Amino acid sequence: MVQLTAEERAMLDGAEGAATQKAMDLLVRYADALGAERFVETDNVAGVPGAAHGFLKDYYRDQGGDYNAIFSLFDLDSDEVVEVPRMKAFSCHLQGGMDPDLWREQGMSETAHDGFVYDEEQNAEHGVQLLKTCTPYVAGNVPAHGEHCAWMESSAVVYCNSVVGARTNTEGRESTSAAMLTKRIPYWGYHCPEYRHGQHAIAVEFPVGDVFEWGMLGYFVGQSVEDGIPVITGAISNPSLIRHKHFGAAAASSGGVELYHMVGITPEAPSAAAAFGPNLPEQHFVYDAAERRRIYETLNAVGECEDVDYVMLGCPHYSIEQIAHAAQLIEGRKVHENSALWVFTSRAVKAVADRNGHTKTLQDAGAYLMTDTCSAISQAIPEGTRVAALDSAKQVHYLPAMMDIEGWYGTTAECIDAACTGRWAGRLQ
Amino acid sequence: MRVDTVDTVIMLQGRGITRGIAEGEALVTTQTISGWGGVNPMTGTVIESRHELKGRSFAGKILVFPGGKGSSGWSAIFHMTRLAGTAPLAMVFTQMTPKVALGAVVMRIPAVTDLDRDPFGHVEDGDRVRVDGDRGEVTIWKGGCG
Repeated sequence: MVQLTAEERAMLDGAEGAATQKAMDLLVRYADALGAERFVETDNVAGVPGAAHGFLKDYYRDQGGDYNAIFSLFDLDSDEVVEVPRMKAFSCHLQGGMDPDLWREQGMSETAHDGFVYDEEQNAEHGVQLLKTCTPYVAGNVPAHGEHCAWMESSAVVYCNSVVGARTNTEGRESTSAAMLTKRIPYWGYHCPEYRHGQHAIAVEFPVGDVFEWGMLGYFVGQSVEDGIPVITGAISNPSLIRHKHFGAAAASSGGVELYHMVGITPEAPSAAAAFGPNLPEQHFVYDAAERRRIYETLNAVGECEDVDYVMLGCPHYSIEQIAHAAQLIEGRKVHENSALWVFTSRAVKAVADRNGHTKTLQDAGAYLMTDTCSAISQAIPEGTRVAALDSAKQVHYLPAMMDIEGWYGTTAECIDAACTGRWAGRLQ
Repeated sequence: MRVDTVDTVIMLQGRGITRGIAEGEALVTTQTISGWGGVNPMTGTVIESRHELKGRSFAGKILVFPGGKGSSGWSAIFHMTRLAGTAPLAMVFTQMTPKVALGAVVMRIPAVTDLDRDPFGHVEDGDRVRVDGDRGEVTIWKGGCG
């Protein structure tokens, strides 16, 4: 049984109100299921509190169907509706279901939009910061090294653990919502230093330098180690935020990697010995030209027709650097009449893109810069889409399967060329 | 030699992570299961391409599987199966993660892990299985009797 401090015991006994009591009760059940011995304090929580699509709203209609009802009955797994107070922890909302302005273009109904507006007002009133992104670390929430967080979103979790050296498990909606009210999360898994040592060795022989290559390497690593902890050495160059972002998102989707170590690059891997700690490598993998080609072909296995009618960029949400690059690539050109280009980012980054003129450059070319969501999360694609082109290994892993369409993986430049010509001409160089 | 398995009863000892007792027919996979994007919660059906359970539903079954993978939406998707009446009766799994721990809690079903023997060597589709989350016991009646 999880051991409680006096403060945690008081929360469980109702000293901070009914909602906090329900939250603590859920966290105790969750900690006991994990086998955690105690909680850790967190003041950095990222989740999707109170989010309500049609099914949940209908299901809880008899109990009011409002924010309090959904947060109590679903997020906190309570049997009664309780009044939800302002969140106690620093709490952020991850990605959501539609763009706040371009929702009609995304094919959303008035009813769905009304629900979006209501949920957002409620979250703001309850002290949840509306980052509305899968990349909180690009939009105002960069954890500190060693900080205990409670985050959802696999691509954000792997960045938080690996690149920053902060500590989080891949939490779920119910545990993050409960953590927002209690500032507690089970001390288990990636919170514990002894759990963070490497398990498998990856030797990179084929040079990996740009974001396209980092994405493919990430996909390879996830396929190789599944949800293990890889220690990566060799010919990796030019580490940057966007390259880690794509690498981690790919590794988290092909395998479930939540923490990786890159020797000489990430903070817990000054050397391979330090990264492995007391562990001996269980398995060894080599990334060479043949593996690179195999990964490229795997990512492009869902592409057959070369007529591209949709290009989606921004998985994970684009940084300002990537938007500037896309704008530069498309400036003076037009999206083809048989195609469409949607670029996704966070609200914070779009504010900069607006002032920089990138949003207008994209609009002038016939593209949209959208926020909050992406085509996989919102399941919104241009009407009639049959073939998509994507510069994200994660998105090509998910979107074609979810929407029953074809998909191509290539560089950002190849994707923008496809948007402007309506044809896929990507090739592995 | 033909082994008559009809009357064979096997008991595995593990750790119950959630309380309660449930008994039913086993649905077994050695592949991990994705929640968001991998399961339709309205029917309890696995929808992931290339999954060996694709098109089959765990509703009302004892789900025997390694554990959860994929998106952090795992617990919320399995939580919805409880609301939709398509949740498994109980779970037996081998790889502990926050996904499956939280999922078992919010589905409010018994679940057992940390077993003293590999369950995949002992339980097959259609076996009758009793999961006792209070005692951490899994009882298997081969061939569906019990």
